[in-house]
Amino acid sequence: MTAPTVPASAGAAPPTDRPSPETGSSGDGPKTGPRRSLTPYWLLLPAGLWLAVFFVSPFFYQASTSVQSGSLEEGFRVTWDFSNYSDALATYGEHFLRSFLYASFATLLCLLIGYPLAYMIAFRAGRWRGLLLVMVIAPFFTSFLIRTLAWKTILSDGGPVVGVLESVHILDVTSLLGLTGDDRLLATPLAVVCGLTYNFLPFMILPLYSSLERIDLSLHEAARDLYAKPATVFRKVTFPLSLPGVVAGTLLTFIPASGDYINAQLLGSPNTQMVGNAIQKQFLNVLDYPAAAAMSFILMAIILIVVTIYMRRAGTEELV
Amino acid sequence: MAADSPALAPVRWLRRNAVVLAGLAALLYLLLPNVVVMLFSFNKPAGRFNYEWRTFSTDAWTDPCGVADMCGSLALSLQVALLATLFATAFGTLAAFALARYRFSGKGTGNALIFLPMAMPEVVMGASLGTLFLNTRVDFGFVTILIAHIMFCLSFVVVAVKARVMSMDPRLEEAARDLYAGPLQTFLRVTLPLAAPGIAAGAMLSFALSFDDFIITQFNAGPSTVTFPMFVWGAAQRGVPVQVNVIGTAMFLIAVAIVLGGQVTANRRRSDR
Repeated sequence: MTAPTVPASAGAAPPTDRPSPETGSSGDGPKTGPRRSLTPYWLLLPAGLWLAVFFVSPFFYQASTSVQSGSLEEGFRVTWDFSNYSDALATYGEHFLRSFLYASFATLLCLLIGYPLAYMIAFRAGRWRGLLLVMVIAPFFTSFLIRTLAWKTILSDGGPVVGVLESVHILDVTSLLGLTGDDRLLATPLAVVCGLTYNFLPFMILPLYSSLERIDLSLHEAARDLYAKPATVFRKVTFPLSLPGVVAGTLLTFIPASGDYINAQLLGSPNTQMVGNAIQKQFLNVLDYPAAAAMSFILMAIILIVVTIYMRRAGTEELV
Repeated sequence: MAADSPALAPVRWLRRNAVVLAGLAALLYLLLPNVVVMLFSFNKPAGRFNYEWRTFSTDAWTDPCGVADMCGSLALSLQVALLATLFATAFGTLAAFALARYRFSGKGTGNALIFLPMAMPEVVMGASLGTLFLNTRVDFGFVTILIAHIMFCLSFVVVAVKARVMSMDPRLEEAARDLYAGPLQTFLRVTLPLAAPGIAAGAMLSFALSFDDFIITQFNAGPSTVTFPMFVWGAAQRGVPVQVNVIGTAMFLIAVAIVLGGQVTANRRRSDR
């Protein structure tokens, strides 16, 4: 956008020209009303109240539910019974493990598949850039449950994908690794990971693209002028500068993937169930709310810990 | 020199365009299911499940509401999405202005409160909100779904609008005030039009998120209110009618047309200038 140039403070004006009470702040608007204005609180009130009541307060209810015992008929009572937690880990430990394993694999695959696409859109697409971005978000326009069901067709037992993979003996390799079995793809861990990767790929591509797109191309030229090979340019210039996108993208993929239960339900088997499946079953079918609450708390805690460690690691790497 | 030998030309071409080829392969992976959905909307399956190709047929397209309850659930989803978008956009825009334009104590808390719902798996949010409604004996239904949807759409609106407001040139508003526009006039004729693209983006995102949400909805819907994603989930157990693919394809085509139309008009406006 080319805004009409404002000639006001062009060149001649010294930096002390504006008697601004707030120095060095970013994003402070033109409003120079009373300093202790109540306006921002009024503006924040509806959204803040909504989130406080329907996002924050539920966690307190959940915390109290997670230490209750009883049954649906007799009612649940707070007994400070922490066995819900140990029971959950004992019964569904494998589900937790699978969740984080599958989510990690899917995140890695998303990065490997998404990076070239984001790179291509940012640097090699030319006038097709807009169209390609539309094509990245276009899958969202069809309900994702319908698209996940489409994978059932694509990966079906007699389908072309299984046929091709069988003929080049890739399925033998993956079944040796325990990812598939019986020469099928459906109802295997591989199918679940493939579905997760597919579902969250755009969440990886968009942050990657936006951080790649911001890179100053003259940095590439400078690196090349200094006789860096293309691979070196990527390793020393492009990739480090895209790290914020990598961090954002991996988080946006990993977090929802670790809590997902749709791919495991539709593409997997009882042996590929994730912790989301367990929470959903306890909450909606068994109606054992304390167990569901305890599991959802454990999931949340693990994710918060993982994310904090990861952000700290990524943050320091960025500085180096 | 060996590098110039014509025999190596294809290799060099491949090397130079490896990124493009990998990118196109990724795009294929992303779009393949949409193609399958579209293709199978013309299928005539043998049984109740529409997973295997049989014969071409347009039956489902000529009778899209021929399945019991499906169009009702579609109407419910549209209703929820419209209302959720309305509330989330209004509340979110106000909050975005507060966070982008003002400095006040508690701003950090406000930012964290907005950010956290986006960093939480849906199962956790859905189960905890459901626990709140159970404990306070609120009946599950339309209202609880709407509350949940407004809750998770809010953050996305705030992020979209905030980014736009932060990038706006404050001098334009100063100019308006210098030209004797009152606060209200400045807001309505300068600030709001400038922020409109961000608000529109937030609203569109809310609508898409709300319309397509399944996990949080499942935990807060109760037995009698069935949204479209919940209908599809149920169908995946009982048998998927071809009409589901018809709706998926129609939604896809409508949305692509809207987006491409918007891009074309934006391009034309740019070249007019």
